[in-house]
Amino acid sequence: MTQNWPLWEVFVRSRRGLSHTHAGSLHAPDAEMALRNARDLYTRRSEGVSIWVVPSTEITASSPDERDPFFAPAADKPYRHPTFYDIPEGVRHL
Amino acid sequence: MTSNMTSDATGTAATAATGTDPVRSAAMALGDDALILSHRLGEWAGHAPVLEEEVALANIALDLLGQARLLLSMAGDEDELAFLREERSFRNLQLVERPNGDFAHTIARQLYFSFYQHELYSELAAGDGPFAPLAAKAVKETAYHRDHAEQWTLRLGDGTQESRARMRAALDELWKYTGEMFQPVDGLEGVEWPALEERWLATVGAVLERAGLTLPEGPRTGAWAAGAGRQGLHTEPFGRMLAEMQHLHRSHPGASW
Amino acid sequence: MVTVTPESGQEAGPGTGPAQPGHGEIGDLGAQLAAAFDAAVAADERVEPRDWMPDEYRASLVRQMAQHAHSEIIGMQPEANWITRAPSLRRKAILMAKVQDEAGHGLYLYSAAETLGTSRDELLDKLHSGKQKYSSIFNYPTLTWADVGAIGWLVDGAAITNQVPICRCSYGPYARAMVRICKEESFHQRQGYELLLALSKGTEAQHAMAQDAVDRWWWPSLMMFGPPDGESAHSAQSMAWRIKRHSNDELRQRFVDIAVPQAESLGLTLPDPDLKWNEERGHYDFGAIDWAEFWDVLKGNGPCNEQRLSQRRTAHEEGAWVRDAAAAYAAKHARQADRPAARPADGTTAEPAGHPATNHEETQA
Repeated sequence: MTQNWPLWEVFVRSRRGLSHTHAGSLHAPDAEMALRNARDLYTRRSEGVSIWVVPSTEITASSPDERDPFFAPAADKPYRHPTFYDIPEGVRHL
Repeated sequence: MTSNMTSDATGTAATAATGTDPVRSAAMALGDDALILSHRLGEWAGHAPVLEEEVALANIALDLLGQARLLLSMAGDEDELAFLREERSFRNLQLVERPNGDFAHTIARQLYFSFYQHELYSELAAGDGPFAPLAAKAVKETAYHRDHAEQWTLRLGDGTQESRARMRAALDELWKYTGEMFQPVDGLEGVEWPALEERWLATVGAVLERAGLTLPEGPRTGAWAAGAGRQGLHTEPFGRMLAEMQHLHRSHPGASW
Repeated sequence: MVTVTPESGQEAGPGTGPAQPGHGEIGDLGAQLAAAFDAAVAADERVEPRDWMPDEYRASLVRQMAQHAHSEIIGMQPEANWITRAPSLRRKAILMAKVQDEAGHGLYLYSAAETLGTSRDELLDKLHSGKQKYSSIFNYPTLTWADVGAIGWLVDGAAITNQVPICRCSYGPYARAMVRICKEESFHQRQGYELLLALSKGTEAQHAMAQDAVDRWWWPSLMMFGPPDGESAHSAQSMAWRIKRHSNDELRQRFVDIAVPQAESLGLTLPDPDLKWNEERGHYDFGAIDWAEFWDVLKGNGPCNEQRLSQRRTAHEEGAWVRDAAAAYAAKHARQADRPAARPADGTTAEPAGHPATNHEETQA
């Protein structure tokens, strides 16, 4: 009997000051090995300074059906975005 | 790099290796360890038990090859030393030349060697000898190699019945090659070998204990005598390994690659 | 429906989302979904894993990604064949790193394929049982050291020509994997070229070795682009879905046009008497490809088909006890510790419990 290793999602901080970004996934028997495999696989060209691994099954995602009600409210609030505001020419540092 | 097939490359290389310059001779001993183990790990390419492990073993092999190139360059021309010396002129431990065997054998070899190398390089890095700068860089690598060996020792020792039996057998089989690691090496005068050995026994023992295993018992004198590999006395598989490694380079005397 | 996934959320300002079909409308939902999908793909939107997609699109993607992943890992073998015999330590390091990259590329691609709900184990089973293919090019042997160079220059060169357009493929995870892969592949092609250049400029014997390798790898490399456009089973639909962006013949021509001047700089010839510049077309004309050989190798009659598959199967079977051991260990220790696996606590790195000796924060590459 061969047991399959679970899937892990890998997040890499490429350098200090940036947030961790999803880099991909991999298989590992447990968290410790997942971290090590991630280090070998996703940072072998110095692409990262820190790694998170999360079991893929632990990620809760918005489903496509929910997508509209979930994200639509944000789309009608353009005032959240700086480009919503007209600033007279010549005003700087704003 | 242009190599030449003068008599120095073969006949007298043995003399050179044991020659008068102790730094050169130590560089060769440490460089050969790294070179030969890197080669053995390279043999895993395309054969590893899982894809993730292809990447991990290659990483370790590449680290070791990098160390070997720096060290051999301290002793002479890296390619001349790697490809034109005869078996009797190599100064590596017998442990690192042992064939890969199954994955448990490879991990047992990694466990024994990486814990040794890490202890030794930590000590060299802390000193002010000619190897300090190189060792300071290498300890970061050996720390990772040690961790890799430890993680797998835990999993094989405390995994299934089969993995435990295989790991046990591998540890026992390679045990006799571990005594040689603590024989003083010419050119590494500052190293406290007995203390190094004690730390090695304690750290390796602790890993094995966590894995539900114990340090093997029995003599640790190598195939001939402790210190054999360092004197250029190797095991039979080593000659065939070298034949494979060197044949292309030697088939084209003086060629550049 | 094409959703903007959380990972692209930063750019998802007002008005960046694709048009959605209305809600609650009665009618043929399937047709509506299909129409929305087609429109999104036509508008060059990316399709993401949880989006609705036609079954054939999904199947086609899985087939292509799997074949691509299999090619990467089978492709390790012909080059790994020379790791232990590399003629200088510098070349040995380069080759090891390259073969390692191929394992990595296989991993990226299996991961991308898994987003469509097919596990790596299933895909590997299909590879091992011969139900899924890998690129036929790897059924040719590497007979000399120069073959390592020829593979880098020609085989990886052809692969890059094929793969760069896939970086804009309609399926997001595949496109993203390809971006990563293409960056790394350019190292592969350059090292191959440099290797051949050293041989070509080397001794007479080395030059002859390089020429012989190019003579053997040139035609199989041209075959890598697949059968001529008229005979390619999946091409038209893949183009419509923007999984593929250019036809086989188009890419093949592009490759020939790039390779001919490169061969001249190498001081090597290409084994095709019909190869010449066509002023009118603005392209190189080249001779007829032996498609009988292509189909024959594809059917399993190449020089190394059995060897490649059998090595892969053996590695997998002999590794089973190792994978089992790690899984058993994980199960035991998950029960003992009863802790959630790897959860970042405070915005720093997930720190596995029980390993004070190892510091994973700022894991260094």
